[in-house]
Amino acid sequence: MSIWVLRGLRDGVVTTRWPARPDPYADAWRGPARPLEQPARPLEQGERLTGITDLCPTGAITVTDGTVRVDQGRCILCGRCVAERPGVFAWSGGATGPAALTREQLVIPELPETDATIQAARAELANRTRALRRSVHVRHVDAGSDGSEEWEIQALLGPVYDLHRLGVFITASPRHADVLLVTGAGARGMTGPLRTTYDGMPDPKVVIATGTDAVSGGLLAGGESVTDGVGGTVPVDIWLAGSPPSPFGILNALLIAVGYLTPDGRKRR
Amino acid sequence: MTMTQPDVLALWKELESRVAAGDRFAGLSAARAADHNLVTLSAYLAVKGEGEAGGDVDTLAVTLPPGATRYPALTPRVGAAFWYERVIHDQFGLVPEGHPRLAPLIRPGDPLPRHVEGYGMFTIPHGPVRSGVMESIEYLVETPGEAIPHLNMRVFYKHRGVRQRFTGMTMPDGVLLAERTEGIASVAHALAFCHAVERIAGCEPPPVAGLVRVLHAELERIANHLDVAMRLADAAGLAVATARLALHKERVMRLVSRMCGSRFGRGVVVPGGVSALPRLAPAELAAEIGQLASQVASEAAALMATSSFLDRLRGTGPLTPVRARTHGALGPIGKAAGFADDHRLARPYDGYRTLPVPPARAHTAGDAMARLRVRWEEVDSSFGLLRLAAAELTERAGDELRASCEPAGGRALGWAEAPQGEVLYDVSVAEGRIVRCYPRSASFHNLVLMHEVFAGDILTDFPFIEASFGLSVAGVAL
Repeated sequence: MSIWVLRGLRDGVVTTRWPARPDPYADAWRGPARPLEQPARPLEQGERLTGITDLCPTGAITVTDGTVRVDQGRCILCGRCVAERPGVFAWSGGATGPAALTREQLVIPELPETDATIQAARAELANRTRALRRSVHVRHVDAGSDGSEEWEIQALLGPVYDLHRLGVFITASPRHADVLLVTGAGARGMTGPLRTTYDGMPDPKVVIATGTDAVSGGLLAGGESVTDGVGGTVPVDIWLAGSPPSPFGILNALLIAVGYLTPDGRKRR
Repeated sequence: MTMTQPDVLALWKELESRVAAGDRFAGLSAARAADHNLVTLSAYLAVKGEGEAGGDVDTLAVTLPPGATRYPALTPRVGAAFWYERVIHDQFGLVPEGHPRLAPLIRPGDPLPRHVEGYGMFTIPHGPVRSGVMESIEYLVETPGEAIPHLNMRVFYKHRGVRQRFTGMTMPDGVLLAERTEGIASVAHALAFCHAVERIAGCEPPPVAGLVRVLHAELERIANHLDVAMRLADAAGLAVATARLALHKERVMRLVSRMCGSRFGRGVVVPGGVSALPRLAPAELAAEIGQLASQVASEAAALMATSSFLDRLRGTGPLTPVRARTHGALGPIGKAAGFADDHRLARPYDGYRTLPVPPARAHTAGDAMARLRVRWEEVDSSFGLLRLAAAELTERAGDELRASCEPAGGRALGWAEAPQGEVLYDVSVAEGRIVRCYPRSASFHNLVLMHEVFAGDILTDFPFIEASFGLSVAGVAL
């Protein structure tokens, strides 16, 4: 066994300092697609609209009154829009971007009417999670994921992200859980177990829809075996896009959930 | 090779004799014709190649009479069809007559009756919401307290309707869905789908694309095998080993994301080739691979010298070589029990046509230990292939990355060797769109073997056996 003691010291500290310090890997991360605020060159109205909504395999792109919007909650990061229309779309940067307190907030650029709802949601969540700050237990439920989200959540338990340093722990029992991490497009077979898990958690509780599948159903949306995301089964507090989201993205969502960070990345304490 | 036979029984007899003669049963699917009420059953048989000619996977198809609701079951003749016929029953309502247990598999069903009766027998339900970060599946462990005389599995919870979703998609959309069919084997699924599409279109990806595909497929294999080793170490309570293996897995995934922007190698494989070259300079890539290889090898050696760990694996969850052969067990599970049918060797594709894939070493124990040994050997050979592919890529940097691939119509099989074993895609295309796509993961084919490996094992062996299988439920319930 002694070999493992020495091996444990071999690479020194490999744990990220994020969020106290920036992390280059998180900053270099490629998030969901976004429309450019200023297109690279002036586009004719007709040219800009032609076929642009058909580019997206999940229908994330909409055009209203000449404004191109991307619903990042539908974006599966295939990059087709960025590759085909680089003058209109770009990747959003940073691993911690696409977490929102309302579903509408994932639509970029934001719809004007969402501002008030976001303020209200933020105040309500902050109020609810006041008690959770220092020690948080998380329960994960797979509601029809492709398996990759589980890998990324599992990665948080490894030495690089080390969830425990932030006082966050994975728990086996919903009775001990404060936060519910839900992955997957909402398979109908999991509707009952997901609801039972949620009901079994004590108040106050926070639900994170983890990944584009959980937010909107992703590529599976519209199929008869899924509920197009988990929002219809449990009340979602934090919507996290990504297919799958990066470990930093999940960490960010967890820290927002417990009131450690605000959705715009500011530290609250 | 596709043939149509008029009579189901005649086809089953042929299948039975070909499987007895050494062909491997690789699956059974059904399809309902869009315009009329005809159902066609397609069985897949993997044929070993002779000499220089690579092997193939044959499709044997039979169309049932119009309006048929029953057909004679294949399972009594070829046991490996057990789950396949249950899925066909779930999805098409067809009754395979003579099937030993026609309970729903991917549709919700009534609670299963207990298999074993006796004094003190009880059932431990485990799942679908399980402790830890796991995919949803329910195990019903029938036990008198310690031994596990029988295990039932219910996999329907996360059935997502992936097969149906393929219908009507264009080829570029189809690849995206294939990548999300079994997320931890994204590259292998994308490859198998694209191989089928490329066969229909009659296009040949350029050699440089074949090399990039090998790079990503082998990195995916290493990440998956490290994940299995990590879970095994975790099951044994080796905290440092678990952390070290998690660190190496993270390094592999970060390398993949630096190469293509996705930690799972998504978006790289496209019909006709690859979307881009790795973003890392070849010299940097080679250096990264070299460093990873020595770190992983050192950790593997330490793990395989930790006797308290090996004691938990030795003799745990054994699959007999006879069962491995008759079932056609795929990937490391088959290899550990002396049955190796690696597509990279037997039916090579892409860069594997020219790169030397070392043949699997002979194992016969079939236990969790042998499965882990196979995985370390595969990791070792993967690093070898990565080095060769990276070196060859340097010489071909300026080549075209993708051939034009626009299939008009037709049907073909595509395959790839995922970390879990063979992935098979049966794709039909008409007017540039997918008419039908049947993905078959190694996880689906192999998971049913979990029923049979608990002889002599006790409850605390369960996490070792499950981890040593290394399967993904997403690929099972689809």
